[in-house]
Amino acid sequence: MIPEIGHYALVLALGLAMIQAVVPLWGARLRDDTLMGTAGPTAFAQLAFAAIAFAALTACYVYSDFSVANVFENSHSAKPLIYKITGVWGNHEGSMLLWVLILALFGALVAYFGDNLPATLKANVLAVQSWIAAAFYIFILGTSNPFLRLAEAPFEGRDLNPILQDIGLAIHPPMLYLGYVGFSISFSFAIAALIEGRIDAAWARWVRPWTLAAWMCLTAGISMGSYWAYYELGWGGWWFWDPVENASLMPWIAGTALLHSAVVMEKRNALKIWTILLAILAFSLSLIGTFLVRSGVLTSVHTFATDPTRGVFILAILTFFIGGGLALYAWRAPVLKQGGLFAPLSREGALVLNNLFLTTACATVFIGTLYPLALEALTGDKISVGAPFFNLTFGPLMVPLLLAVPFGPLLAWKRGDLLGVAQRLTAAWMCGLITVAVTFAITRGGPILAPFAIGLAVYVMVGALTDIFERAGLLRVPFPTAIRRAGGLPRSAWGTAFAHFGLGATLLGIVCESNWNTERIVTLKPNETVSLRSYELTFDGMTTRQGPNYRELTAKFTVRSGGTVVDVMEPSKRNFASRGTSTTEAALLTRGFSQIYLSLGDPAADGALAIRLYHKPLVLLIWLGTVLMVFGGALSLSDRRLRVGAPKPAKKSALQPAE
Amino acid sequence: MTLWFVLSLMTAAAVFAVLQPLARRAPLRSGSDVAVYRDQLQEIDRDRTAGLIGEREAEAARIEVSRRLIGAADAEAPAASVDRTGRRRVAALIALVLLPLGAAGTYLMSGSPHLPAQPLSARLDRPPADAPGERSIADLVGRVEAHLEANPEDGRGWEVLAPVYMRLNRYEDAVKARRNILRLLGEDAVRHSDLGEALTGVANGIVTADAKAAFERALRHDPNEFKARYFLGLAAEQDGRPNEAANVWRELLAGAPPDAPWTGFIRESLLRVDPSTPMPAGPTADDVAAASQLSPEQRTEFVRGMVERLAERLQREGSDVDGWLRLLRAYMVLGDRDKARAAAGDARRALASEPDKLRQIDELVKGLGLEG
Repeated sequence: MIPEIGHYALVLALGLAMIQAVVPLWGARLRDDTLMGTAGPTAFAQLAFAAIAFAALTACYVYSDFSVANVFENSHSAKPLIYKITGVWGNHEGSMLLWVLILALFGALVAYFGDNLPATLKANVLAVQSWIAAAFYIFILGTSNPFLRLAEAPFEGRDLNPILQDIGLAIHPPMLYLGYVGFSISFSFAIAALIEGRIDAAWARWVRPWTLAAWMCLTAGISMGSYWAYYELGWGGWWFWDPVENASLMPWIAGTALLHSAVVMEKRNALKIWTILLAILAFSLSLIGTFLVRSGVLTSVHTFATDPTRGVFILAILTFFIGGGLALYAWRAPVLKQGGLFAPLSREGALVLNNLFLTTACATVFIGTLYPLALEALTGDKISVGAPFFNLTFGPLMVPLLLAVPFGPLLAWKRGDLLGVAQRLTAAWMCGLITVAVTFAITRGGPILAPFAIGLAVYVMVGALTDIFERAGLLRVPFPTAIRRAGGLPRSAWGTAFAHFGLGATLLGIVCESNWNTERIVTLKPNETVSLRSYELTFDGMTTRQGPNYRELTAKFTVRSGGTVVDVMEPSKRNFASRGTSTTEAALLTRGFSQIYLSLGDPAADGALAIRLYHKPLVLLIWLGTVLMVFGGALSLSDRRLRVGAPKPAKKSALQPAE
Repeated sequence: MTLWFVLSLMTAAAVFAVLQPLARRAPLRSGSDVAVYRDQLQEIDRDRTAGLIGEREAEAARIEVSRRLIGAADAEAPAASVDRTGRRRVAALIALVLLPLGAAGTYLMSGSPHLPAQPLSARLDRPPADAPGERSIADLVGRVEAHLEANPEDGRGWEVLAPVYMRLNRYEDAVKARRNILRLLGEDAVRHSDLGEALTGVANGIVTADAKAAFERALRHDPNEFKARYFLGLAAEQDGRPNEAANVWRELLAGAPPDAPWTGFIRESLLRVDPSTPMPAGPTADDVAAASQLSPEQRTEFVRGMVERLAERLQREGSDVDGWLRLLRAYMVLGDRDKARAAAGDARRALASEPDKLRQIDELVKGLGLEG
């Protein structure tokens, strides 16, 4: 009975979504409060039914009900409970169900927290949100229904792809989806504003928290995915410019741009039309990301489904929402009132610069990802666009952006003083230059550009702190006063500082890892020792053991540094009989922010073992930086105050204090 | 019954979610831009008191926000709407009629309301006759594998495992096992052709060059190894030389001992490349003997194969009324009502000129309840 209840709940959710897509919109046109009032309750009911459907599917997985075809194909009764649950979204159908559940969740959240929205805006937003939801319900029920049944339940399931049987998978896709789907709210707000033909600072004030929340989830999701690839795929890489990764990076870049332009709009009432466009683009790129991963256009570890009807269906959804959104934009944007003015050298100007570079960077990723696909579709030629392309295009675009990052928060609104800001950033400049010099001294003969990149990272990090120090008046006022003033700063200022500091930290990790990473591939017999940097690793031997649904071959290594034992590393290989596949479980040893990475090759007949060994300096900073970014976002989100950007008055007064 | 009750409750809840807001008469709570700008003005004052901005900046900001506040207050349109009952009725009608009908229709298209849930625990509780011991097979395989992991030189163990792997369609494992058998227990004709069979399984039934080499090695040990000869015939067929295949298989049949259980199988293959091969009228004693050793699924499969052979023969020799009667009954046993009905039609056409036989068919059709 449970699977059928889930199936019917999904159908009812579609019905409610269709009503919610039409009735409130109709009400908003006629300014009919009763009709607009249906938006909220239907959004809640839609969430309830989507949740019932998802819970029903989860129950089928937990109870190993193999009469449900989806469960039979993706589960196994001997699987640990946690992986039975994560298996729900480890496959195409289940992940789409999760997608609509999150969509319904966001809709309900807008309905719940949206009491301070103008009634028509709220009704329009919820209606647009429901169009998206209805399209995806139809997609699920029509082409990827997870509740299809088998008359006679097979005795045993076909297991989950073992490479996906990992705790990283438990959190990575839901986070990513929270981000993707979160941008649907910004999109709905943008479309609703275009329908109403009215947009103002108040609009930005309502959009910002949603964008910020979505951006945080997306940042965390991408970061988790990268870390998962790093330790699970077994070759120590953390970013491959794989199209699937790019598919999540593009909405992230667009979302970052949107976040910054929404600030300008809220504080200064400027950049309105541009913000609307970015909101449409960010969600469009999320949809394209879904399309690329879900349609089977790409062949990659992430693609579980290859089915042309699904591809065509998603393409139709894509065309409708992106094409429709942009067409509406072209038609209605000229009607919108233009916002405030500002000088090129101002905080607004800096944020425009940020937006320009981010969108250009996004475009290069877009071209690098889609050009090979388009070429293959048109001429049949297969080319691969990989890291060299992105390093040559994306990299140089990021340099001026990173140079400008510390300037932004220090510039005044409306008209700024570039020279003054440069002076206040002296500490950051100096720290950066000293780092460059020191790095050159230490790593003589290394890569030429790397020390400069390190210097840039340090400059960004110190620059991010400069804003806080300046505003707290550190070194200018007595220390306790400075601390008190720092505590009194708005949390959004702290958020900015944390996020920008995290950006610098990530950059530092990326540069160190990619330039000074040591790799060794050796074959060892038991009791032999291999050295790596200042460490010696001794291979102690191998053991096999039986896991719940796999057999595991574990090798034991003792790590010594200067003769003293540091730790023991136990990498392993798992063999999953029911799928006939095996996975590599790399062993990681963390020392400070650096890591030793050890993964197993195949054992030879004479007991020797091929191993791959890496020393990765400061690699953890890559992910810790993103954690800081998310934390910064959370701080800013928790700051419930309104944002007003006080403009710098036109005439300078000599007596005016700096702040 | 419970299912329908739950589904109706769910439908009622969904309808209620739409009807409930339609019943309200009070105006909707609505935020406005004006409120936001008022808050912004207060925010400026707070920032000023906290010393975060200077007096001149605060003043400039105040002026800007006030300008926007006035603009927003002017634009505020009074909500006016008369005669809402008509619209309410339309919306209520959608919720009351279209929602349940649409949902039921969509659900019935792809749902399976008659199927009960079959969680693992329920299936485990069923008597073992229903679930034919697959779990214990998996357990046994696991145990033997663990034993071989520790003693990989135990050829007998591989010999136990290899046929089980074949049965479970784990051909790659079977290849590994059979290579080990050859290495550990020595070579002979049967072991070589077993390896060839497993290799063919890996290639989804295509006799690859590797498999062919294995069969040829088998024939070097024993030129009469029937499995190797059969598969080499199959290889010839797959290479596009049906005549050669037919010759190989004909020779095989000619030399076959009368009680060999595989003759039916070879004959079937032969029929594929040479349709003129004579077939015995019913199942041979060998076929029946072979069928009695099969598992229930395999037996159904076997019976299906025989029924299809019978149907093919009747297409050619339509006057065999006993054959038609047998075919109709067989379809009914297998649960293929549609095929039975179609076969009855075929039989009537084939026997149109012989009223006696036609009557026999009609009686059976009536007896089986196929009419209408």
